[in-house]
Amino acid sequence: MKLTKRLFLAMAASSTIATLPMTASAQDWEPRRPIDFTIMAGPGGGADQIARFIQSVVEAGDLTNRPLIPTNRGGGSGAESLLHLKDARDPDHTLMVTLNSFYTTPIRQEALGVDIETFTPITMMGVDPFVLWVHKDSGITTFEEYVAKVQEMNGEYVMGGTGTGQEDSIVIAYMSGAFDLDINYIPFDGGGAVAAALAGQQIMATVNNPAEAKGFYESGDFVPLLAFSDERMDAYPDVPTMKEKGHDFSYYNQRAIVGAPGMSPEAAEYYRGVFGQVYDSEQWQNYLVSESLSPLPMNEEETRAYWATQVANHRQLLSEIDN
Amino acid sequence: MEVLGFLIDGIFLALEPINLMLIVIGVTVGLFIGAMPGLGSVNGVAILLPITFLVPPGSAIIFLAAIYYGAMYGGAISSVTMGIPGASTAVATTFDGRPLALQGRASLALVTAALASFVGGTVANIFFTAFAPVLASAALSFGPPEIFALMLLAFATFVGLSGDDVPKTIFSICLGLVLATVGFDTISGAPRLVLFEIDGFLRGIGFIVLAIGVYGIGEMLWTIEQTRGEITTSNPKMTLKGMAADAKEATKRGWKGTWIGSFIGFFVGILPAAGATPGSLMSYGVAKMVSRNPEEYGRGSPDGVAAPEAANNSASTGSMLPMLTLGIPGSPTTAILLGGMVIWGLVPGPRLFVDESEFVWGLIGSFYISNVAALIINLAFIPLFVWMLRMPFTILAPLIFVLSIIGGYAASRSMHDLWLIVIFGLAAFFLRKFDYPLAPAVLAIVLGPIAEPTLRQSLLLSSGDPSIFFTRPIAGPITVIAIILILLPALKYVRRKKPVAKS
Repeated sequence: MKLTKRLFLAMAASSTIATLPMTASAQDWEPRRPIDFTIMAGPGGGADQIARFIQSVVEAGDLTNRPLIPTNRGGGSGAESLLHLKDARDPDHTLMVTLNSFYTTPIRQEALGVDIETFTPITMMGVDPFVLWVHKDSGITTFEEYVAKVQEMNGEYVMGGTGTGQEDSIVIAYMSGAFDLDINYIPFDGGGAVAAALAGQQIMATVNNPAEAKGFYESGDFVPLLAFSDERMDAYPDVPTMKEKGHDFSYYNQRAIVGAPGMSPEAAEYYRGVFGQVYDSEQWQNYLVSESLSPLPMNEEETRAYWATQVANHRQLLSEIDN
Repeated sequence: MEVLGFLIDGIFLALEPINLMLIVIGVTVGLFIGAMPGLGSVNGVAILLPITFLVPPGSAIIFLAAIYYGAMYGGAISSVTMGIPGASTAVATTFDGRPLALQGRASLALVTAALASFVGGTVANIFFTAFAPVLASAALSFGPPEIFALMLLAFATFVGLSGDDVPKTIFSICLGLVLATVGFDTISGAPRLVLFEIDGFLRGIGFIVLAIGVYGIGEMLWTIEQTRGEITTSNPKMTLKGMAADAKEATKRGWKGTWIGSFIGFFVGILPAAGATPGSLMSYGVAKMVSRNPEEYGRGSPDGVAAPEAANNSASTGSMLPMLTLGIPGSPTTAILLGGMVIWGLVPGPRLFVDESEFVWGLIGSFYISNVAALIINLAFIPLFVWMLRMPFTILAPLIFVLSIIGGYAASRSMHDLWLIVIFGLAAFFLRKFDYPLAPAVLAIVLGPIAEPTLRQSLLLSSGDPSIFFTRPIAGPITVIAIILILLPALKYVRRKKPVAKS
């Protein structure tokens, strides 16, 4: 069911994009100065890699008449970026590359006064699934062995992540609740550091995006146990999903381009054209495959509806963690 | 032997006309970007990354490596000539580089920096060539307790054997540590010390902001007050002969710092989460500690210039190692390079040396060539930079002020940081009037954000038991040495007291 819907969406989106450059509205408005391309995370993480990749595709294809200027504003789990967009002096030239802190940070930091529903949807570039990894030297090869090991260690089992309230901690919290696991969770500074800690066996398991763990998987150091995706992933066909284990749970990191609140419809339309072209480019399509991202094309209304459900979901997941 | 073949191929690849041209352009651009206060190799590499899509991947990474090298050399230039660190990696260079410039010996400082950078880069390249894969997995055995022990050692080198007033040094460290905790806490994810509830503090206090404030504004105010604007820091003549003499003196008086910096820099550089800035500060501390005349440090010791400069180059090369072999960036710049590699379709990780050996050794080969190119180009530009110092101070001072402000703004593009720079500058001026050493505060704001999370991660790992720092095979000895170094001044104090008591 889901697959057919996605396929349909993809077809619809690609046909729209194909006709976009022809429509008059896309040419009505053009940027008049360099475009602020804010990245919601620090240098080196998944969001940063994607932002710079997108910038390079735009640059190589000469898709804009003014350059994109990427700036990392990762402070406070993305709070810095959210405030930067909320208070943007020139919303028509202010864009942001998001991850899920787009949903979680406004919930956890209500004092920021950020309402993401005021932001302008531009393009959903794809969603990044999560996978549970252990080191090969642990001897664990299946999720059942992992559960048995964690329960046997009785609170001494150490997992690393990027911090309470971050994406991986939400997944770990759900998994702990579902399988009655007591995990000693240690926060690190970013997904790369988490993967390094597992490679050095400072910690026993992680929940990482495939892109972050791929190198170690290919060298045989990391063993994937469980995927938190809707269906089995093409790159890891032997890894079962959480759904197969009887729990209706999947979790993805959103990789999207978002505009500042108050962006004019003409400007938003222009950027949708630009990033639609990036999305359709061979480079991006290859990137989706090589980094195991799933496509999830959406139009503006669908994105707004998607945001609303994500906010509701995260509100519930976070309240479960805090209790 | 196979490795050597690849390396020679790599060097020849880097010597191809187009690549050689890219190296020369990259090093020169990097040199100036590095010399601009606030702009470091991170910015340089980020700005020029898109250009690399116009050339083949092999040439692209060579170009980026050249910018990286150029910026590492360039960082020293404004540290010496203006007293503003050109990049965070060059902060320790101001400690002795600036006093040398004020004594009219700017060219000695710059030549020392260039030579030390070259040696640092070369030592690191050789280590890299010989032991890359082994070292990469060794670095992984440094978990949170080991990193914390290392940070403790770094603090100890600053407190333990400094000739400065120990209580004031400790005060300065504490001040830096407090400033380092502002912003979001990695462990709990909660905001801390958001002063006056100003949103800008959510981001924390950037190290470069503090460094520009303290060394740019504070130093300038101090100089104005001391001299009433009556000085020109000029060096009368700048001849080839003079430079040769400087090179000779640099070799004689800076070799010790150079070697210390080359080795420490490399090993700190390959550790995940460390990088070139802690590497250069630690090298400075150690060089001072083992020096026979530590009182010379901070007053214009060539060793004090050589150690951090050798270290930051060595560490930069070192930090490529975890990036290439593990896919983990050791510094922000390598993080951007990592992004570049992903775009070119290369997967950094344990397989890279096997699957893409031609690329890897081509890159390493280009390190060797970039390093030589950077040395030559840097030496060629030294007269220009020294010539700048011949400007009267009444012109130079406003220029430094303007550059500090532009540099501070360029790094983050936020007005909040500009106000902080001015406030830190004023605070630094007054602290200096009361004889508080400021280098320890700068050290603390660099190392604090590494030390604090690793301390807490370690204690989480051990369920709150501090013996974890003593029982782990690598962390144990480091912790013990650090504690001895901290206690040493107390012992000295007691020993010094004894004869007095007898008489």
